[in-house]
Order: sequence, then structure tokens, then C-alpha cells
Amino acid sequence: MAVIREEKRPIASGEDVVTVRRIVREWSVAAGFGLVDQTKIVTAASELARNVLHHGGGGVMCIQSLNDDVRRGLRLTFEDEGPGIADIALALKDGYTTGNGLGLGLGGARRLSDEFAVDSQPGRGTRVTIARWK
Amino acid sequence: MASVTHSRLSDLISANERTLLQDWVKLQLAATSLRRDLIKDDDLREQSKQFLGLLTRGLRDGNSDLQSPEWKPVREMLADLSRLRARQGFSPSETASFVFSFKQPLFELMRRELRDDPARLNDETWKVNVLLDDLGLYTAEIYQKGREEVIQRQQMEMLELSTPVVTLWEGILALPLIGTLDSARTQVVMENLLVKIVESRASIAIIDITGVPTVDTLVAQHLLKTVAAARLMGAECIISGIRPQIAQTIVHLGVDLEDVVTKGSLADAFAVALQRSDRAIVGARPVSTS
Amino acid sequence: MERIPILKLGDCLLVTIQVDMHDRLAITLQDDLTQRVADTRARGVLIDISALEVVDSFIGRMLGNIAGMARVLDARTVVVGMRPAVAITLVELGMDLAGVRTALDVEKGMALISESMNSAPWTARGNGRHP
Repeated sequence: MAVIREEKRPIASGEDVVTVRRIVREWSVAAGFGLVDQTKIVTAASELARNVLHHGGGGVMCIQSLNDDVRRGLRLTFEDEGPGIADIALALKDGYTTGNGLGLGLGGARRLSDEFAVDSQPGRGTRVTIARWK
Repeated sequence: MASVTHSRLSDLISANERTLLQDWVKLQLAATSLRRDLIKDDDLREQSKQFLGLLTRGLRDGNSDLQSPEWKPVREMLADLSRLRARQGFSPSETASFVFSFKQPLFELMRRELRDDPARLNDETWKVNVLLDDLGLYTAEIYQKGREEVIQRQQMEMLELSTPVVTLWEGILALPLIGTLDSARTQVVMENLLVKIVESRASIAIIDITGVPTVDTLVAQHLLKTVAAARLMGAECIISGIRPQIAQTIVHLGVDLEDVVTKGSLADAFAVALQRSDRAIVGARPVSTS
Repeated sequence: MERIPILKLGDCLLVTIQVDMHDRLAITLQDDLTQRVADTRARGVLIDISALEVVDSFIGRMLGNIAGMARVLDARTVVVGMRPAVAITLVELGMDLAGVRTALDVEKGMALISESMNSAPWTARGNGRHP
């Protein structure tokens, strides 16, 4: 699996979340995704970027354009050094939230992606990786 | 051990690159199987030169495992070539023969240079033979995958053409689905319906599945998602033409249709749609006078 | 500070969202709208999202909040112009915008609002008309 292109973006403010949406849209257009798939990726990215900002105290997104000889894909990794998630299964359940809101972020992002992985421990920050293939 | 052999082979090829390339290109151009109508001589020369260079590097840096990163440039070049040839209209064997045709000039060179060491000649000939076979097969595989993608795309396009959305009346659309529905097809068709709803400003869309023999869980879910999406946009969907067998399947699958209006026939659905848009069809009988 | 403009159309308020909003802008809109509904005693709020390419759970919640606050102030809210790709994504995301009425465009949205002022009480779910 080859990483054709990679870029990192800081997530430290509300404007950064808007920027994340714009960048992910550009990259998904470049990767050849159709309109609905683009919207799904961007929406998932928005959810996760927001989590980084509001629950993780800020962090970073890494976006990668992938190619494995047969198909193209996009992989996004959202990382923060916040409090971490104590119970991931619980966090993935719709409706769960520790703060304001319906808590759809994590579970929603998973439903909108082909691949999803979350790596988090209390006090050790959180890393969420999603990918979508064309 | 293999890499030692390969790097010596690599040197051999580098040292004789010009003649090798010349002989190889001449051979390809002379082959009756070459589709001169599909490819320009200069392009062929360029591709051959590129392959030769990358192969030399691969032999020098890599071993016999073609999946290793040292062989990536060769794989990528062949993948690009393969896709290009597929688009140009070459057959899979015509495409793979690009690699296979390299054997002859290479073996001739090796026979000349290693004349005095028949054991080594045999050994290296065999190793590079295996390598080129693998590369040729790889080229054919990529070609196949490329063709599959083209076929899928053409299928999608045919789908769009074969499931037109019909305007039954102002603000009322109908989508008669016919034939078996697979997940991919259903998604495309449903997205198309939603776009048509916006374009024609329709408040009601009737999805008629009279012509659909079976519905599985995935298709049922897509139908439900479409209804939900239309509702989010401000339009209502009615599903009509659910035959008894499909009704049974839906119940067995545990799909919840509670939220959705369903009607047995398209005609019934149309009647409901008219009613909902506060319209009625009245008879045109002339008033009798006595 | 940037704000999303709110227009008055008779006794309705019309908001057209044309930018990809950052969170603060969205919250400001929520507050502004609620204030304006109270100030003008508007009977209807129309939110045009036809320019939005993405609606995530935060914006979805914002729309729900606006509808809720408007209802408390006796105004009806209709969200119009949702794009198909957005609708499909929201369904996949799991958001059903339960407290929010929707219509295809401004014209239909206005019709929905005026209709409701003449007839049955404003219902939160569904389009209210059928049995």
C-alpha cells in the first residue's frame, strides 16, 4: 500500500475545523470520489476534528492519499493529547456524550467510513483513524 | 545468494543497454501481434527504455521477491502501462507480451556473454525467466482489474439509463424499478431519485417495486434510507408494488416499515399522492339536460 | 464580527446560510435568531441551507435548537433546500432532525408555514397532513 501524498494540519480553533473540511473535500475530489462519498468523508472528518478540539484540547489531523495498485483511497488520522476515552465501546454508542451534544461523533464517523480504528487510553490522548476506498 | 546473481545480471544489462534496447524494440516492432495501429513507435521505444532502466535497478537492489519495495518502481510502471494498453484497446496477452518479448534479446545476450560458463548460464537464465514470467503475469492481472473497473463503470451508466424517474403529475414522481437489485445499483438509483426530486420540486415520490423479484436486507435498508433522506429534504416517499413474497421476506428480515407508506399498486399509490397534494381527478361527463 | 444576516419577510424571518460556518458563528446565529424572533414576534422562521455542502451533527443540533427555541416563542421553523448528498449522509450518520420540519425550497417552506397558521397545531414529526 503506497502513501502517495501526506499532509498534517493543526486543529486548535474553530477556524481550523472549517479548514479541515475544506482540505478533506479537496483531497477527496482529487482522489476521484463521487459527491455522496465526498460528503460522507468530509462529514466524518468534521465530527472527528470537532472531537479533537472540544474533547481533546486541540490536536492534529494527518491526511494521506493511498494507492494499492488497484484502487485509491483516503486515510485520515486525528490525534490529540487530551484526557483519552475510558470506555471506547460506550463512546461508540449513539447518544453517549460527556459534554454538550448528542454524542454522535465517534459512532457516526465510523458509520460514514470504510475503515475505522480508535486508540485511546485515559490520560494518554486519543488517536482515531478512518479510511475510505474508491 | 539470489541478489548476488541478480546484481551481476544487472551489470550485464547496464553494460549492454543500448544494443539490448535496440534488439528488443526491433523484435517488438517486427512481431505480427504488435498492434501498430494502436501505438506509436516512439511511445513503444520510450516504454521499453523505461522498463529496461527500472528492471536493471530492480535487479541490482532487490531479490526475487517481487512484492518487496525495491521492485515497486517496476510494478508501478507496468501497472500504468497495463492500464494504458487496456484503454488503448490491446488484449491482455498483447499487453503481457511486452514483458515476455524481452526474454529473447536478453537470453541471446546472456548466451553470448556467459558462453564459457554453461552451469551459470543455465542457473541465471532460469532465475530471470521466472522473474520475467512473474512480471508478465502481474501485467496481465492489472490489465484484468482495469477492465473490471471499466465494466463496472459502464454498468453504472447503463443503470442510470435503464431506471428513469418519471413525472406522473406536477410534484409527483414515480420510479419503477425493474429487475434484480444489487446493493450498488440500488444506491445509484436512489441517489438519482433524490436529485430528481430537487430538480422537479416534487413533494411525493412513488418507488414501485412490482418488477423486482426479490429484495434482500441490504436493498430493503437502502430503500428505507432513501425514504428517510427524502423526508429530511422535505419530500415523502410511497413504496408501491410490494408483492406477497416480498412482504414475507421483509417481515422475516425484521425490517421495520412502520414509518413508510406502502401501497399494493402504483395506481393506489398515485391516488394517495393526489390526495396528499390536495388534488382530485374528476370525470368529464357532460351535464345532462333533462 | 461576522454574522449571518436575518431578513424579515412579513411576519417570517428568513436566514440563508451561505458559508461553511465555524462553531462560534453557528452559536451566534442561534442567539441572534432567537432574539429576533422574540423582538419581532415572528410567526415563522425559514432557514435556507441549499448552499451547505456539509451538515454535521453540530449543525444538525443547531437547527434542532433553533426550532425548539422558536417553538417556545410560538413560531414555526422550516429548514429548506437540503442537498441530496447531505440528506443521505445525515441518514447514515444517524441524525433524524426530529424536531425540525423541512421543505424543498423557500416557496414550499413559506406555504408550509402559512398553512400551519390556518389549521392543525404544528407537529414536530412528519409533515402533519396525513392520517
